[in-house]
Amino acid sequence: MAGRQPQASVPPRVAPWRDPVIRGYVFQIVVFGAVVALAWWLVTNTLQNMERQKIASGFGFITQESGFDIGDTLIPYSPASTYGEAIWVGILNTLRVALLGIVFSTVLGTVIGIGRLSTNWLLAKICGWYVEIIRNIPLLLQLFIWYKLITLYSPGPREAATIGNVFISNRGVQFPVPKADPAHMWMGIALLLGIAASFVLARWAKARQHATGQQFPTGWATLGLILGLPLIVFIGAGFPLVWDVPELKGFNFQGGVVLLPEFFALLLGLTIYTAAFIAEIVRAGILAVNRGQSEAAAALGLRPGTSMRLVILPQALRVIIPPMTSQYLNITKNSSLAIAIGYPDVVAILNTTMNQTGQAIEGTALIMACYLTVSLSISFFMNWYNKKISLVER
Amino acid sequence: MLSKTIIAAAAATLTAFVAGQAMAGAKLDAIKARGEILCGVSTGLAGFSIADSQGKWTGIDVDVCRAVAAALFGDGNKVKFVPLSAQQRFTALQSGEVDVLSRNTTYTQQRDTALGLNFTGVTYYDGQGFMVAKKTNVKSAKELGGATVCVQPGTTTELNLADWGRANKVAFKPVVIEKLEEIEQAFFSGRCDAYTTDASGLAATRASKAPKPDDYMLLPEIISKEPLGPAVQHGDDQWADLIRWTFNALVEAEEYGITAAKVEEMKKSDNPGIKRLLGVTPGLGKNLGVSEEWAANAIKAVGNYGEMYERNVGKGSPLKLDRGLNALWNAGGIMYSPPVR
Repeated sequence: MAGRQPQASVPPRVAPWRDPVIRGYVFQIVVFGAVVALAWWLVTNTLQNMERQKIASGFGFITQESGFDIGDTLIPYSPASTYGEAIWVGILNTLRVALLGIVFSTVLGTVIGIGRLSTNWLLAKICGWYVEIIRNIPLLLQLFIWYKLITLYSPGPREAATIGNVFISNRGVQFPVPKADPAHMWMGIALLLGIAASFVLARWAKARQHATGQQFPTGWATLGLILGLPLIVFIGAGFPLVWDVPELKGFNFQGGVVLLPEFFALLLGLTIYTAAFIAEIVRAGILAVNRGQSEAAAALGLRPGTSMRLVILPQALRVIIPPMTSQYLNITKNSSLAIAIGYPDVVAILNTTMNQTGQAIEGTALIMACYLTVSLSISFFMNWYNKKISLVER
Repeated sequence: MLSKTIIAAAAATLTAFVAGQAMAGAKLDAIKARGEILCGVSTGLAGFSIADSQGKWTGIDVDVCRAVAAALFGDGNKVKFVPLSAQQRFTALQSGEVDVLSRNTTYTQQRDTALGLNFTGVTYYDGQGFMVAKKTNVKSAKELGGATVCVQPGTTTELNLADWGRANKVAFKPVVIEKLEEIEQAFFSGRCDAYTTDASGLAATRASKAPKPDDYMLLPEIISKEPLGPAVQHGDDQWADLIRWTFNALVEAEEYGITAAKVEEMKKSDNPGIKRLLGVTPGLGKNLGVSEEWAANAIKAVGNYGEMYERNVGKGSPLKLDRGLNALWNAGGIMYSPPVR
């Protein structure tokens, strides 16, 4: 200890095994050594056993041709693609369902959470029952129910229900999309420019309000920038819009974009299940803010919208964000139940890969790495957001 | 002194551990000591391995394990059946959770090598086919372009489907679900236009799961070779021999006309081959490290191969499959046992 005074001429002599500092080091070394030894033993034992049984090991299979097909892909894929590409397809499918699930369940959960606090007796009761029923039924069961309802009660492709150019059948929901055109890329660039410009504008408006007290209609300006810029490009390019309309050819629809029943059932199940938990979190968050806060804000002359944004939300979000992070992580991890209803997520594809190559350890390691990466990313983002939004106490 | 003792103890433990590893190769001894066989089977495929309401397992794959138990212990019931999904099966065998995998598993080069398995032979010659609803009016698999096809993951079926589609320029949209019951439900509810698996499996599904079996038909194309057989781990050679020769004995028994009921009677036969097989002339049992009654017990437990076939998948079963390739070599099929001598 650097701060110790040299008054005590001779420090009391203690036997080394009674010295807390030495003892501490010894325990740390022993524990650390045990952990390392255990890990070493596990790894070498596994390798030895695999060697003994002549089981192939290593990640060489990633570059081999996969040979199997996948029903739902966001990137071009065929059985001639490699295992690595197949795994990418799976990761993107997982991310797609997880991200959409997060957005939809947040919206639905917030609506239900606020609904449960409503003064309307019927609405409050309905929202209450929703929460109690949905969160008490296992998710897997709900997924089976949704999938069976969709496959059993939707018509075949020939008898598809038609709404305009949208076709609903047990092959999925088919809807038209604009055919690709070079101008679309420029529209995308215009959109990004618009977003960037509105950020700059918001900063400028804030700085000006701090300096002069004058407000600027940021909302309208942002809307104009984000929608207006791509629109100008679109008009300038001469309305390049041709729809790719789905058509029934042979067994199935060709053209357009399809949402498969497996994807739909999984998204529906995840959204409805998680919304019940988010509803409770939102309700707790709102109830946690003292009623006096909104009254005080009103007394200061803040309008309801401003008071919600500047007074209520920062305090409610402080309570809402941390448990919400867990729910977002839950959605991501629960999406692995996809395997039960045939949606090709990363677990389903790595399971097939493991079975075709026989390399279970490598496959499981990849699954763990994928989920760890996604979960940590969500966690970091939410922690950053929590820090940014949280009330700065002075 | 203290540290020396610790090192010695650690060394001793390590040696014991390594020795234990080496000993594990003697699978047959371990099974004998345990007194029962752990047999990996399917989660329920009529004709091959399926449990009834009392939990009694039946099927060709089940009978193979019972025959081996009878050859080893003299009692065909000394088997514990472990139901495994298509995905679990190889890991279960690799990790030693089961002694033998008798689970309608296709014998392929990759499984026999890179997966660390040894196949002991072929117990059923199968091939992959397609089932469709009659109302689709499809007469050939080549008309299935653009069709949605239900298929189980982690099987050779999934690969064959993709291969055949590429070779014949027929594009399929696969729907891949692991659990057999779920994939069958998806097909019968109309989610898929066709269902593909081994032809025997299609017949089993149609007979036992279809709401109206007559509404469905099998397409004529058989797109693959699917020799199904039992597999063991690399290194369990003696144990593999026992399974291989027990099954060969059942085939040989059919050739000699030895049925379960006639085993004792046939022991009086003058035919030297029958006398060797049934242990009247000793020697074969000793080679395998089991009792001389091994083949007689196996035949008594499950019958010869023909009896086993007819009872589980042939005329005596709801599947009503012809013998086809599985008839004996001298009766138009390719089922052939090397000499049991």
